[in-house]
Amino acid sequence: MAVILHKDYKVERDDYAAAGKVSSDIKQTLNSIGYDPKVMRRIAVASYESEINMLIHAYGGDITMDIMDDGQVKLVFKDPGPGIPDLEKALTPGFSTASEKARAMGFGAGMGLPNIQRVTDDFDIQSSQDGTTLTLSFRPAK
Amino acid sequence: MKACEIAESLHAVPITLWDEDSRNTEYSAAFATDLMSDALALIQERPESVALITGLVNSQTLRTAEMLDMRFVVFVRGKYPSDETIEMAEEMGITVIATDLTMYDACGLLYQKGLGGIYGSHTA
Repeated sequence: MAVILHKDYKVERDDYAAAGKVSSDIKQTLNSIGYDPKVMRRIAVASYESEINMLIHAYGGDITMDIMDDGQVKLVFKDPGPGIPDLEKALTPGFSTASEKARAMGFGAGMGLPNIQRVTDDFDIQSSQDGTTLTLSFRPAK
Repeated sequence: MKACEIAESLHAVPITLWDEDSRNTEYSAAFATDLMSDALALIQERPESVALITGLVNSQTLRTAEMLDMRFVVFVRGKYPSDETIEMAEEMGITVIATDLTMYDACGLLYQKGLGGIYGSHTA
C-alpha cells in the first residue's frame, strides 16, 4: 500500500479565526480527486471536530493526511499537550471540559470525541501530559 | 419546501445567494441547533436537502455546513452575520437568510407548513 498524496498542516495555538481551515482544505483535496462523497463527509466531520479540539483543548498542533493507492485515508492529529486526564470520560457522550470560548463557537457539547469515533473506521488515541495523538483511518465504500 | 417559501414563512431577509435557482431549491427537512457538534453528529442523510436553523451567527456555522455539504442556513433571533461570515458563505455557495423570530417560533411555523425533521417524523 503506497501513499499517493501526503499533506502537512499546522494549527496555531489560539488561532480561533482559522478554525476549520485545515478541514476545509482536506475536504477540497478529496473532492478534487473525485473521492466518494459519503466517505468524504465522514472524513470532513472527523477532521473538523479534531481540528476544533486542537484549538479548544490543546496548544494547537500538527495534522497530516495520507491518501493511499487503495483509497484509504489516514489522518493524524498530534498536539503538544496538555493531554487528556481521563480518556474514558472524554469518550463519553455529553462529558465536556470545554471553556466558555469553545461554547460560544458552538462546540463543547461533549460530542466531539464520541462523534469522531462514530464516523471513523479505525480510531486510535494516545494521550499523556506531553500531548495527544489521534490516528484516524477511513476506508473507501465498497 | 422551496427556499423562498421558507423565507416567506419566516418573514426572513435573504443575505447570500438568492438567485432564481437558490430560491427554488427544495428542502425536505430542517434541523435546529446552536450546538455545531450536534449538527455534525446527527445530520447524516441527504444533508444537501436539510435546512440548518441556528442562532449561532459565526464562521463555525458556515464551516459546519461546508463539512456536511449543506446549502441553506437560517439565522434566527434577529442575529445578523458579520461581513466576514457573509463573504465566507458566498465563497462556499451557501444560501443564508435571517429572521427576527425565535428558534422555537421559526421551527413551529415551518413544521406547521409541512417541513419535518431529519428523521421524517412530521405529523402536523
